[in-house]
Amino acid sequence: MQVSSMHFKRQASANLGNEKLQHALEKLQTKFVDGRAAAIAELPNFEELRSAAVEIRDRTLHRLDAYLVRFEQAASARGAVVHWAESAADVNRLVVEIARQHGVRKAIKSKSMVTEECALNDYLTNNGVEVLETDLGEYILQLAQEPPSHIVAPVVHKSKEDIADLFEKKHGRVRTTQIAALCREAREVLRPGFLAADLGISGANFIVAETGSVLIVTNEGNGRLTTTLPRVHIAITGIEKVVPTLEDATTLLRLLPRSATGQSITNYVSILTGVKGPNESDGPEHFHIILLDNGRSRLLGSELQAMLRCIRCGACMNHCPVYQNIGGHAYGWVYPGPMGSVLTPNFVGLENALDLPNASTFCGECAVVCPVKIPLPDLMRHLRRRQFERRLRSWPERVALRSWSWLAQRPRLYAIGTRIIARVLRIFAGGKNNLRFIPGLSAWTKDRNMPAPAGRTFRDLYRSRHRQ
Amino acid sequence: MSARENILTRIGNACASSAAVDIEKLIRSRQRGPIPPMEDDLTKRFSAQALRLASDVERAATLREVPGVIAAYLRVHRLLMQGVCWPALASYDWRNAGLDVQARAACADDMLGITGAFLGIAETGTLMLLSGALTPATVSLLPETHIAVLEKQRIVASMEDAWQQLRAEHGELPRAVNFISGPSRTADIEQTVTLGAHGPYRVLIIIVDG
Ligand code: SF4
Repeated sequence: MQVSSMHFKRQASANLGNEKLQHALEKLQTKFVDGRAAAIAELPNFEELRSAAVEIRDRTLHRLDAYLVRFEQAASARGAVVHWAESAADVNRLVVEIARQHGVRKAIKSKSMVTEECALNDYLTNNGVEVLETDLGEYILQLAQEPPSHIVAPVVHKSKEDIADLFEKKHGRVRTTQIAALCREAREVLRPGFLAADLGISGANFIVAETGSVLIVTNEGNGRLTTTLPRVHIAITGIEKVVPTLEDATTLLRLLPRSATGQSITNYVSILTGVKGPNESDGPEHFHIILLDNGRSRLLGSELQAMLRCIRCGACMNHCPVYQNIGGHAYGWVYPGPMGSVLTPNFVGLENALDLPNASTFCGECAVVCPVKIPLPDLMRHLRRRQFERRLRSWPERVALRSWSWLAQRPRLYAIGTRIIARVLRIFAGGKNNLRFIPGLSAWTKDRNMPAPAGRTFRDLYRSRHRQ
Repeated sequence: MSARENILTRIGNACASSAAVDIEKLIRSRQRGPIPPMEDDLTKRFSAQALRLASDVERAATLREVPGVIAAYLRVHRLLMQGVCWPALASYDWRNAGLDVQARAACADDMLGITGAFLGIAETGTLMLLSGALTPATVSLLPETHIAVLEKQRIVASMEDAWQQLRAEHGELPRAVNFISGPSRTADIEQTVTLGAHGPYRVLIIIVDG
């Protein structure tokens, strides 16, 4: 996917003024946020499960190499072929090679964010492999030629009217805005695609070291069709998705759908191991699994390692006041919201995503809801520090930060300084409650009012209360 | 160096301190995580959860009654009395109940698929199906109506219990283990749940007592 994270500010302000998008994003609150809360209220041992999930992820990351090799052995023993890819380009090349090797012309895909990292669809099309997205959301995006704006609900930014227009134009059928009818229409249009494809491409929610299995959760059933009907199946996944045992996968499954959509379990959970047996009528004859690094191993052993625990549930973005207002496209790459603000700089370079670690109110809600307890605000703060250290911030900002840190380390001076600033700002406010303009900070005050200091500084108040 | 070596070396360097951990031992221990508390009556729990996830649930006293229960259900829902079943269910007396059922894998045009189930999971009201020559995965997937026959004593509490049972009865995993929890659905358009996406529009589970 084309990176546009460097244009975050422009994209975000455009989206803030987009009334249709604002309306669409409201649904996140009622469906996902409330749905998650209800699902978790039903689970008396939710916190215990979260701790167990963290333990599983950390235990695996601790010996990630050994678990990946174990997975490779187990999968190969069942007839799957395991490939390793360092980069997105490697994945694309491998998929085309596999397609050629098996004489594939038509591919179907179930939803996979990892293949969005690779922009696989464009690459396949350019190399003579026709590819059809089959997750309803991803299919709509393929028709509209847009990237996803949410990792779980990729078309959250579109209204049913938008989709009705699109379907009418592309399918040439009678326009309908009834959601059930739109779903049926997509089913009918996509069925022949499933039947004609020789290759199914999927992601994986987890891969299991014990058994060499690929685990996929879906609601629509397209994941099952994709991995059952075509004679070749390629599963593409990040190296961090490995879990040791089926039991470990089960613990994580108790958290994933509840955190994502508020479901106790997704409609389908498929555990796929090896190729079809000699007497079996369905299942792929060839099963390829591609393990992608693409910057993930760089996170291991770093201050950002906890990010590799992520199970891609989307809860952090659903609960993020910034995401809720600007939507996913503003973030400019595959992964939006708080998890994206941490991941994207790692994938595309810190210098290309300067605003992302700063696109946060630091309310902390993302860390509160994350099922694997990733301290997202801390990780963003860490990225801010790296930006500062690598001199990626503008010089006035750096000077300001440096001066502040100098001042903050000198308590007496700090007390005098804040008192003076408070007084100056009060004079500047001229008796009003809000400051509409502060010299040198016009970029900030352009869209916001700064409350005028009310009177004494916090330190003064604290001291006088303490004395009483 | 190959991509594999590069990746494994990078990871190895990053986790160098922990080389001593014996992962085989950890894997074999198959430690279970916390399991949500549940009432003792697993059948009751299974039915209640299955209904919540929009499956239909019927009861039959014996396996012989199953074709009759299916015929009645199809009649009530005004569905065709015709479809396919797992070859494993070929010996059922479908004809006698007025059903035209072929024992084979499903094709795109089949409207009804009848399967058994390896186990039922009470925790979430979920069916567990194993693929195989006599239990093709397409039967629970392609038709618009999926009917599953589940014997009451095959209902276990949790997915963990299911893994234990699978290892005991089969040793290794079949090509596909499918956990099914109700009709296929999508909420991609305006986050509104719609039943019937690419898989079945309705799922009936017949719990057989005897
Ligand atoms: S960071 Fe946590 S909350 Fe966000 S997607 Fe990943 S697992 Fe879910």
